[in-house]
Amino acid sequence: MYCDITVQTATFDLGAEELALRAHAGDAGALVAFQGMVRAHDEAVPLAALFLEHYPSVTEAEIRRIAEQAAARWPLSACRVIHRVGALAPGEPIVLVIVAAGHRAGAFAAAEYLMDYLKTQAPFWKREDFVDGSSRWVEAKASDDAACERWHD
Amino acid sequence: MSITLLYFGVLKDTLGCSTETLAWDGGTAATLLDLLRGRGEDWSQALAPGKVFRLVVNQQIVRGDAAIPDGAEVGILPPVTGG
Repeated sequence: MYCDITVQTATFDLGAEELALRAHAGDAGALVAFQGMVRAHDEAVPLAALFLEHYPSVTEAEIRRIAEQAAARWPLSACRVIHRVGALAPGEPIVLVIVAAGHRAGAFAAAEYLMDYLKTQAPFWKREDFVDGSSRWVEAKASDDAACERWHD
Repeated sequence: MSITLLYFGVLKDTLGCSTETLAWDGGTAATLLDLLRGRGEDWSQALAPGKVFRLVVNQQIVRGDAAIPDGAEVGILPPVTGG
């Protein structure tokens, strides 16, 4: 499986990434892309920015491990993951997962699996910085853990 | 003998530090957490079992109670919130 993983502060372009990945996708019949964006109105006070911290020497290796787990479950030919860090404004893209596989079932499933594991296993932490100057570290959600649990055999 | 500790996310704020050097006589991840929890109420609450997701020893995420060698870099990770 071709696998390209990047943790970066810069934004990304889904269309350009999809085109680039297709060059490595071989005879894939299915490509699924997921892009997550920063929402402004998750709480009562609007968000000024979402700040993401990570563990630089560990994060990419952990994402690669997750991608290899996905490739062991579904016949993927290519995978691209971008996760942004630093201060992100509402509306900006934060995470990108693209997978290519022989058929759609594997591509859909692997994209969800990668997102569930990125949310619950990869060493990223979000802090919400609100327009009133207050800020708060986001707490892990039980619903994200539950989503991830369903993949366990 | 010493190890370097790195704190992430909410732990940096609740513990008031992001990195420290700690004298280390050897032991495991559990030894370290017990030692840190013994620093007082703030520490025992911030590092309560449900609030520490994982330890990272020399860039390797620890699964289970791994040994921490002299000179190690140990990351203490609160529950993660990426994606």
